[in-house]
Amino acid sequence: MSDLTSLSLLQTIDALKENKFSESELNEAYLKRIQSLNPKLNAFLEVVNQTKGIPSGIKDIICTQGIKTTAGSKILSNFIPPYDATVIKKLKSQNVNIIGKLNNDEFAMGSSGENSAYGPTKNPWNLTKVPGGSSSGSAAAVAADLCVFSLGTDTGGSIRQPASLTGVVGLKPSYGRVSRYGSIAMASSLDQIGPFTKTVADARLVLEWISGPDGYDSNVVEIASPLRGLAMTSLRGGRLRRPTRQSLKGIKIGVPKEYFGEGLDKNVEKVVRNAIDQMVKLGVEVVEISLPHTQYAVEVYYTMMFSEVSSNLARFDGIRFGNSRDHFGDETKRRIMLGTFALSSGYYEAYFTKAAKVRTLIKQDFEKAFQKCDVIVGPVSPTVAWNLGEKISDPLMMYLSDVYTIPASLAGIPGLSVPCGFVDGLPVGLQILGKYMDEETILNVGEVYEKSTDWYKEKPKL
Amino acid sequence: MKLSETQVKHVAKLANLPLTEEETKEYSDQLSKILDYIDQLNKVDTTGVASTYNVSEVVSVMAEDVPKDCLTQEGALQNASLKKNGFFATKGVFENE
Repeated sequence: MSDLTSLSLLQTIDALKENKFSESELNEAYLKRIQSLNPKLNAFLEVVNQTKGIPSGIKDIICTQGIKTTAGSKILSNFIPPYDATVIKKLKSQNVNIIGKLNNDEFAMGSSGENSAYGPTKNPWNLTKVPGGSSSGSAAAVAADLCVFSLGTDTGGSIRQPASLTGVVGLKPSYGRVSRYGSIAMASSLDQIGPFTKTVADARLVLEWISGPDGYDSNVVEIASPLRGLAMTSLRGGRLRRPTRQSLKGIKIGVPKEYFGEGLDKNVEKVVRNAIDQMVKLGVEVVEISLPHTQYAVEVYYTMMFSEVSSNLARFDGIRFGNSRDHFGDETKRRIMLGTFALSSGYYEAYFTKAAKVRTLIKQDFEKAFQKCDVIVGPVSPTVAWNLGEKISDPLMMYLSDVYTIPASLAGIPGLSVPCGFVDGLPVGLQILGKYMDEETILNVGEVYEKSTDWYKEKPKL
Repeated sequence: MKLSETQVKHVAKLANLPLTEEETKEYSDQLSKILDYIDQLNKVDTTGVASTYNVSEVVSVMAEDVPKDCLTQEGALQNASLKKNGFFATKGVFENE
């Protein structure tokens, strides 16, 4: 089989069971592809030679025992974690191995991948473009078939946005679905770990693998862990079971007018509207909804995130691990400074508390909207991938590129990016948001839509 | 909200961030711009609105105090830049050393 690196996770598992190739042939094929393409893409920071298991790529902000974990920062240039993150333990128990660690914006802070201390990752669809961020390497590696699937983290859009910009599936689970133990914390009230995959069905399987409480992340509680009917792809009992849904009859999709206003590229809008039309053909009913506080989401997000960042990154003292604090990069320092200021005496009420109140209003917007619909659909990113270097000198401009992903992060609800077309040869993702802890519905809607199109089959020419 | 260079220096001290003169100047500009943008939040009426700090609504989860497996001493020390007799070594707190 010459093209085994283009197989989805489910196809790979089936092929291994049917002895179409061995685990060592599988790993060899991926290692060879990494060797030939990574110099162009800079997706992997560290590659692990291995012969066993299903090769996955892991964002370099997630701790892997014995494998260097830098978080894209010079401050952790020599950090070798003495333990595995919970998600890594869970993957290893499913015969998944780590083929390497993936580049990201330093401490997951950035929307383009360019804030990594180890150089930017390139977009596989066009090497002069950014792949999005902060999980830049996780997205590029899956898009370029350098691993079967990858893990990333999403704080304000860092899974969904790069998935959209590189044409792969990206899932941010509900806050509290997946334990963050062993993931280097950025903003603890927002951070979530989730998969990048080649298909929606693959995302469902990886989510099933990594979900559930471990006793180390108090936000993940027992009640949140059973995925109601989500375990359709259970590996137990031989053959994988596949979802049976063929149409979207009976599903109501909400289209928020605030996600189609000023700032949305006209061509991206056209692609997203076509995807909604396609969903109508599949049987959905479209409901117009409003999320009136969307316009304040970026301000709320940045205020709270800066504050949590300044507190979380205080741990880097150069004593127990890592280098001294002068090794932080520009954007990291900027955020620590803003957060320290927002939490400082005399300003706490005006910034942090004010933002937390507006966050309530944003969360309530979604609660009201979901009384009228089952999922919310819109664009992930206002534009397709932009040129490397284009926004790097204007932090505020960069922050505004997360405008459609941030609200869901603040509300803690799950979000999926599914490939839905192209503009000038660059991928566009459709964002599907669900009710809190209702990954099941967004995955089902995403999968039925995906299977009715050929977009997910498109591969970059490398 | 304008952040003066003096304020930037004060915040840098609170954050334990060594900044160059050049960075101090640049941050005064950049941070002021970002704070101006964030100040738009003041347009929202939040009278009587509760704060959301965490959507999981889980508060102070307690655990039984029972011994469990943990990192070994070697594991805990393996990334330390300075160690002495099986401990982290660091600058003195009370002396100027």
